Amino acid sequence: MKLITAIIKPFKLDDVREALAELGIQGMTVTEARGFGRQKGHTELYRGAEYVIDFLPKIKLEVALTDDMVERAIETISDTVGSGRIGDGKIFVTSLERVVRIRTGEENESAL
Amino acid sequence: MIELEYALNTFYLLVCAALVMWMAAGFTMLEAGLVRARNTVEILTKNVALYAIACVMYFLVGYALMYPDQGINGFWSGFGFGIPAEHQPDAVLAGGIDYSVMADFMFQVVFVATAMSIVSGAVAERMKLWSFLAFAVVLTGVIYPLQGYWSWGGGFLDALGYSDYAGSGIVHMAGAAAALAGVWLLGPRIGKYAPDGKSRALPGANLPLATLGMFVLWMGWFGFNGGSELAIAGIESAGNVARVFVNTNLAAAAGLIAALLVARSLFGKADLTMTLNGALAGLVAITAGPLAPTPIAAIALGLVAGVVVVFSILGLDRLRLDDPVGAISVHGSCGILGLLAVPLFDAEAGFVAQLTGIAVIGGFVFLASALVWFLLAMAVGIRVEPEDEQAGLDLAECGMEAYPDFAHGGD
Repeated sequence: MKLITAIIKPFKLDDVREALAELGIQGMTVTEARGFGRQKGHTELYRGAEYVIDFLPKIKLEVALTDDMVERAIETISDTVGSGRIGDGKIFVTSLERVVRIRTGEENESAL
Repeated sequence: MIELEYALNTFYLLVCAALVMWMAAGFTMLEAGLVRARNTVEILTKNVALYAIACVMYFLVGYALMYPDQGINGFWSGFGFGIPAEHQPDAVLAGGIDYSVMADFMFQVVFVATAMSIVSGAVAERMKLWSFLAFAVVLTGVIYPLQGYWSWGGGFLDALGYSDYAGSGIVHMAGAAAALAGVWLLGPRIGKYAPDGKSRALPGANLPLATLGMFVLWMGWFGFNGGSELAIAGIESAGNVARVFVNTNLAAAAGLIAALLVARSLFGKADLTMTLNGALAGLVAITAGPLAPTPIAAIALGLVAGVVVVFSILGLDRLRLDDPVGAISVHGSCGILGLLAVPLFDAEAGFVAQLTGIAVIGGFVFLASALVWFLLAMAVGIRVEPEDEQAGLDLAECGMEAYPDFAHGGD
């Protein structure tokens, strides 16, 4: 079991959700996040004075999957949000030790 | 016929008073939008409290000080109390009385609140709430009414020929002078100026609210200037009122356009908050004489005001006078501009009288305010502690947040 954590541009969220649902993925969690990578921040202007936004608004998307789904999920997310330009985001994959569905007490792959 | 005119004028004055009262909401929204989120509750508290204080103080001593039955001399009217008796029906029917005493009080009292509202935005985000409210008691009870007596109340500025239709000087520049004294004694907000003196942006939290505030003020201004004709019954008065509305509206529009264009050419982007200040600058400038100019002249005056306000804001920033909402520039610089423009359109007004009025009103309100601010600073302090300023005045002064997250009952 793996946890995919994808940092994406906020306006791509709906597309990603639809594409992942088509793969048969049943659930996901999103968090409004802020951050920067190579894109860095940008400057804004208020009453003639510039100020810097270091941390840009992003969406952090988390999906727990069985191992055999991981490659397809990564491909789907990359294809959906990728524009080829800086600031598209990043995908992290981590191993999951144990998963529990609270309602039934089911564990691991049957809980995904 | 006299009865009908009296009733209509009184009704008109009361409706305009309600419009000007609503400007308190405009100032409140403008200021709440232009401060940072952590100072929202405090600026709202300040604005509602100052309105209430202005109403009570002006009723108790202000109105009697500004409009005495018989002033002692041109400079000092003598203390009185409350509002004089209402007109008797026989006196009204005899002619020469245009509207009710109570309606006049109602129309006057909302102007005091406007002057005080101007101060609140300029000293935002760093002044102690209770020191500000103590200052409001003195400004609305004594400082404003006394200088108001000198002109509108029939004192020495009136005798000199000083001309100020709806109060570019008496209300707006007076408020700005009090604000300037406060800003000067308070110092800038923490972090506003870099060690090398460069001005930093401290962006306002809610620009939709600030924009709504601008429109509310613009609407209220029809009562402010339109009502200052003090009559609507009759062809001449009705025509004057309509002309004042047109000129007021055009000056605001022109001020907005000018500020938008100037900010665009200076900064390379359309700067919304400068643009909002531009509309208010046009409104303040036309207030000294909204009746005499042609509509084209009103546009010209508004355009000049829109340019003046942007450069005034940048200039005050250079002097490290930190005015978060631009109140001193909008009401002070453009108030002076409006007063100096009066003689261009009105042959009865003169530059000497206007300059005298500017110096007397501006100088008196600035010095009297500085004295009160100074005494308050000595007695209880006027500035919050640095850690309270950084945490936000909402927590320090009001113990609450405008947008509390993760709150629960506390038990």
